[in-house]
Amino acid sequence: MDPLYQSLAKIVGEGHVSTQTEELYIYSFDLGTTEPYRPDCVVAPRTMEEVQEIVRLANRDEIPIVPLGGGLSLAGLAVPFRGGILLDLKRMDTIIEVNEKARYALVECGVSQGQLTSYLERHHPTLMHSEPGAPPQATVAGNLAIHGQGDLAQPYGFNSDMVNGLEVVLPTGQVCQFGSCSISAGWFTQHPLPDLGLFLGWAGTTGIITKVSIRLYPRKKILGAGMFVVEDEELVPEIIYEITHTEMAQDVVSFSQAIPPFSSGLHHITINLSADSEEELEFKQKMIWDDALGEYIRRGDGGLLGFARHLQRPQVSKTSDWRKGGGFEYVGAIMPVERYPECYRRGREISERHDIPYTVLGRVIGMSHAMMFSWTYAFNRADPETIRQAREALHESDDLALELGGAIWKPGLYGQKLVMERMDPNTLDLMKKVKQLLDPNGIMNPGNWEVA
Amino acid sequence: MTLTEYRYSDVVHRCFRCGYCKFPVNWIDVNNCPAYARYRMESYSTGGRLWLIRAWLNDEINWTEHFAEIVYACVSCKNCVEKCPLRFNIDIVNMIVAAKSEMVERGLVPSTVKEFLENVQRQGNPYGSSRARRGEWSQGTGVEQYQGQEFLYYVGCVGSYDTRARQTAKTLASLLHKAGLSFGVLGKEENCDGNEVKNLGELTLFEMLAEDNITQFKALGVNKIVTLSPHSYNAMKNDYPDYGGDFYVYHYTQLVQQLIGDGKLDISGGFNARVVYHDPCFLGRWNEEYDSPRRILKAIPGIELVEMERNKAGALCCGGGGGNFYADFLSGSENSPARRRVREARATGANILAVACPNCMTMLEDAVKAEDLEDKLAVRDLSEIVAEACGTE
Repeated sequence: MDPLYQSLAKIVGEGHVSTQTEELYIYSFDLGTTEPYRPDCVVAPRTMEEVQEIVRLANRDEIPIVPLGGGLSLAGLAVPFRGGILLDLKRMDTIIEVNEKARYALVECGVSQGQLTSYLERHHPTLMHSEPGAPPQATVAGNLAIHGQGDLAQPYGFNSDMVNGLEVVLPTGQVCQFGSCSISAGWFTQHPLPDLGLFLGWAGTTGIITKVSIRLYPRKKILGAGMFVVEDEELVPEIIYEITHTEMAQDVVSFSQAIPPFSSGLHHITINLSADSEEELEFKQKMIWDDALGEYIRRGDGGLLGFARHLQRPQVSKTSDWRKGGGFEYVGAIMPVERYPECYRRGREISERHDIPYTVLGRVIGMSHAMMFSWTYAFNRADPETIRQAREALHESDDLALELGGAIWKPGLYGQKLVMERMDPNTLDLMKKVKQLLDPNGIMNPGNWEVA
Repeated sequence: MTLTEYRYSDVVHRCFRCGYCKFPVNWIDVNNCPAYARYRMESYSTGGRLWLIRAWLNDEINWTEHFAEIVYACVSCKNCVEKCPLRFNIDIVNMIVAAKSEMVERGLVPSTVKEFLENVQRQGNPYGSSRARRGEWSQGTGVEQYQGQEFLYYVGCVGSYDTRARQTAKTLASLLHKAGLSFGVLGKEENCDGNEVKNLGELTLFEMLAEDNITQFKALGVNKIVTLSPHSYNAMKNDYPDYGGDFYVYHYTQLVQQLIGDGKLDISGGFNARVVYHDPCFLGRWNEEYDSPRRILKAIPGIELVEMERNKAGALCCGGGGGNFYADFLSGSENSPARRRVREARATGANILAVACPNCMTMLEDAVKAEDLEDKLAVRDLSEIVAEACGTE
């Protein structure tokens, strides 16, 4: 019997560890275009203590270890490029505490976005968290490890800006807590202690987040979305500026896509609104449709497609079926909003060059402080040529994002290389030192964010 | 068979593995796929299974006993079909059954599946008990052999052989008698309905069973059938028409609800309990019958009907479908779907877990014992609850 298997089975129990072909096969894949690499072992711990023991074992024997949440980054960020232990964290799925008065939720790392949303709807209907557009099995902690954003990004920013505290198992097996939880039982704030933000955005290369406290926000009784449509992409940045000036919106997203063909070339700006009363809703609608957008409507530059109550969760998985092939991947980049027109035009060109129906989207982060702009490319998993096309388009989009002055969000290996080539050398050197300090044996998610 | 010969070769790669299939219709729990809930490895999720099937047919991986167990751990509950947002969702269970069928063709099924199928072939039931004993459940009940009565009461394998389910079969018979329904049974002449055989991928045997049953029913002049099991109901209602078996098929809850409404069953005796109802997959998701059982329970005086958070189209399967009540790939853990389900039922504060399926009855009653809930939660078939309200129990 494999000694690694035996050691891990002692920690988590035989039912939660596998070295069998079937598990190694499944966990070798990312859902995007990244080539698969097989782990040596898959293990699904249930507790922080089990994670700690596994990490100690890996560190002692210098075995690579790759943490996996929902596995939906699509950028190959949890692919075991150097084999080793694939750590599926989804069994750690307890919602530990929701503090209504201090508006936060303390959750284990495997809690999914869907699970938290549903829990809040049922037990704390006046609260919500910023749910990303990913499928519901995306985990709250995984989203933080990649600096994700959600449907409250416009008023409150990145999800990683909403962290009140973390518990992290370091690559040496040491467990650390960050925020108020490090000095008391409360998980209500990350500040004002010295900033040790070494885990958000590091894609699991510096440690394994095992618990997280995230901020919750008021959920109002009435939720709905309006859609404003314009043909001229040049108008999108100023329209977004006008909308965000009102401070009335809950989420602002502009998208354009080739499918369905009748709306290709149009820019659909969805504006989520929430209110506790009809009066509040009416006031907000007036502020946006009349005051912010009235002039565009009067000039005939854009039109309101209507307002629908009850928000539908986005079903991005449908994009995977555009080429009837079960696959898509996107490059997301954090861009200035003013770059929207160029992002759209150049992205559309890339899609058309590779014979892929174009789809682009910009989600506003903060008061027009930035947007997450994505270029999405569907492919057919059964057709290697379409995978190659998508991969090329993705690389071109990575190049484009940087050319236009953006920062690639959760880049894959290609994008990471581009980013590090451009990064300030002193910053890069510090990254390298931080990584060496925290992970002296280089076991954590190797291949990712490796500074030469 | 290679991938190109596989019936779903143009579809199987279209699963993105987004994971919607793990959830119920709301997002309460990521554990609504019974196999994933039990093992919590991606290989046991619907998406993982589809990717593995494709890899097998594509010669990327070889067949192993473990692979077969992963495929057979799918209990055909249809939660994935309900939840998948993609257009091919209707074919998800079919894709898995087609892979099982290929394993049957190649003689590569797990041993318990092989036993199940051989027993059905030899004795007409999965337990391997003698055909001659099939009608024993009705001894002393006064139930008549079918000879042209209005209804054929089709009991099915579990109701005919499983000790606990036999009681249910008897109770339902007494209830139908009390309502004055004209019905008869086939007794030892009854054969397996084939629903599980089909879901285990033995399509030739299923066809044989369906054709034989249809021939027999027609020869006897059967027009209306009432089934004890939702599994029989599903096969006879949805599959038998493809083989020329056009009968009026009812699950007993549909008929009993009608009999109560018509005043033919007096339920004024009531049933004092807090009751939670578990939707069987082959009545619920497969046939969208969620209301009749609940109408019955609501009509009975004394019942406080409560719901589990996962109910109707979002119900968690007991894990007994697709022949798994016998093949047993999901037991042996507190994460077994049946054990999860009885904990969920108990969390409602109910003291009665009502079922309408003999498979669910056996799975959940075992789970109640495993969870040591026997003094807190009793599993009762709906027919038993109605019978008690009618004073026939």
